Amino acid sequence: MRKRQSLLQKDLRENWVKWLMILPAAIVVILMCYIPMGGIVLAFKEYNYHDGIFGSPWVWFKNFTYFFQSGKAFSVTRNTILYNLAFLLVNTVLQITCAILLSELTGKWFKRITQSVMFFPYFISWVVVGAFVYNMFNFEFGAVNTFLKSIGLEPIDVYSNKGMWPFILIGVSAFKNVGYGTVMYLASISNIDSSLYEAADLDGATMWQKIRYITLPGIRPTIIILFLLAIGTIMKGDFQMFWQVTGNNPMVLEVTDVIDTYVTRSLLQLQEFGMTSAAGLYQSVFSFLLVLLANKLVKKADPDYALF
Amino acid sequence: MKKDRISHAKPISQDRVVFNIIAYIVLGILSVCCLLPFLLVLSGSFSDQTSILTHGYQLIPETFSLDAYTTLFKIPGELLRAYAVTIFVTFTGTFLGLFLTSMAAYVLSSKSFRYRNQVSFFFYFTSIFGGGLVPWYIFNTKYLHFHNNIISLILPILVNVTYLLILKSYMSSIPDALYESAKLDGANDFTIYLHIALPLCKAGLATVGLFIALNYWNDWYNAMLFLDEGRSNLYPLQYFLNNILTKAQAISAAAARSGLPMSEVPSEPMKLAMTVVATGPIILLYPFLQKYFVKGVTIGAVKG
Repeated sequence: MRKRQSLLQKDLRENWVKWLMILPAAIVVILMCYIPMGGIVLAFKEYNYHDGIFGSPWVWFKNFTYFFQSGKAFSVTRNTILYNLAFLLVNTVLQITCAILLSELTGKWFKRITQSVMFFPYFISWVVVGAFVYNMFNFEFGAVNTFLKSIGLEPIDVYSNKGMWPFILIGVSAFKNVGYGTVMYLASISNIDSSLYEAADLDGATMWQKIRYITLPGIRPTIIILFLLAIGTIMKGDFQMFWQVTGNNPMVLEVTDVIDTYVTRSLLQLQEFGMTSAAGLYQSVFSFLLVLLANKLVKKADPDYALF
Repeated sequence: MKKDRISHAKPISQDRVVFNIIAYIVLGILSVCCLLPFLLVLSGSFSDQTSILTHGYQLIPETFSLDAYTTLFKIPGELLRAYAVTIFVTFTGTFLGLFLTSMAAYVLSSKSFRYRNQVSFFFYFTSIFGGGLVPWYIFNTKYLHFHNNIISLILPILVNVTYLLILKSYMSSIPDALYESAKLDGANDFTIYLHIALPLCKAGLATVGLFIALNYWNDWYNAMLFLDEGRSNLYPLQYFLNNILTKAQAISAAAARSGLPMSEVPSEPMKLAMTVVATGPIILLYPFLQKYFVKGVTIGAVKG
């Protein structure tokens, strides 16, 4: 122990410029991540502003009991996990399809334009996506209802229709993320040894055979790794998306509320500190365990891609 | 691999034709789906308020009108201020963020730094575990007093661990020999970083810098958490847009402050015109910057 410490001291003395160069970034991380981690104790306390994080009285597991007995814990956890699974599945299938189609397509300008157009939604803010959703689904003036009325159908009120939201959210997630993932899978396809395709051409393989026996096996490691890594984030709801797309609409919260929106809403609107930090800690711990699990699985699949 | 079926060596085989047809249809449909929302907002912003109120939003506006834009530019004070805040935050945040991140990445990539693995893990750990929103929020507001302060728009997303690791892998590819010779000439690490490492990974810096800039440009979350309604002069562009869209009184309040009667404000197309104005710079810059983003995504995919 002492030897180690003296090694560190020696390093600090000899490499002080390097340590100094890390320091600013480290300070930001300490302020924004490590010190707030200490605030985890809040989950076990009844917070009041006057006494602060450390002075407030302990209530131990009362916040957790409250969170789990409210029935909210189950519904927001279920929504978070199911939405993430659906996004993962739909987006992955679309991304791989697009990547394969783009990689084999011969029309150069069409390829470039479609790829650019599909990648673009990734760059706009969720507020703007929220504006798109309003523009399309607003009951009175929305483009969807304008269209329905013009062909003689009844307008639909999505803002009070729970059944539609899973589809809207899955669609929006695909809209925003398919292009991004396509670029990733395209990179993975371009890493496949091109002599394999040449050999297959000589053997007279069809397009479908090449896709089935060269491309898909070639990107399989990428698919598996990305899938496993996604498992690690399955408890994290995409806050900005859910908040902006659903507009926090109370009519459909039952099917659109994920852990992150629930925590933020309770914090901002109800100033419910104790219970929300309990919910946050529940999510953090669960996520952390899932990351460890995912990492273990990735290590088994391909040690090069392990996170740590 | 099956190779028993030998096709005739035609210039374009039948399966290629079928494949191309499927590809054109699928990619075409998906592209239209990605483009349609933009077109709807664009055409809506050029529509007339009364035609929207009677017929709703349409792909091709019933009557073409510039009312929304002229009204928007009649009350430029708030819009321009929001633009100024966003530009200030984006430039400051990108410059500082890139500086801090690349400096740390340089050290972590240097093989002579004995504690590089430990320090890397110190940074990395924050991306897999956190204390949650509430402690972070309370620490920032009660103890750091970032409430209603422009720092709250910059600091929370200043250092991103993913970008740090991307830059680290960029810098790892610089051969050590280059550093060694500079060291022999008596240069210290900061000089080497500034004069050798930075110029050699310009592409990496451009990519990461653009991602940081994009995050700042699109940020509204921190404004929502930390800025009160009384401090609307600090609102960044996206949060300003958010309020125009979600709070009915935001447009009327803006109109009242500028002396326009509410009846003359085309509130519906104005929401969309505002959306166009807030997204415009990204649309204009996208064709020139796309390749850097593609590069960034590709690196992220190779080394997650």
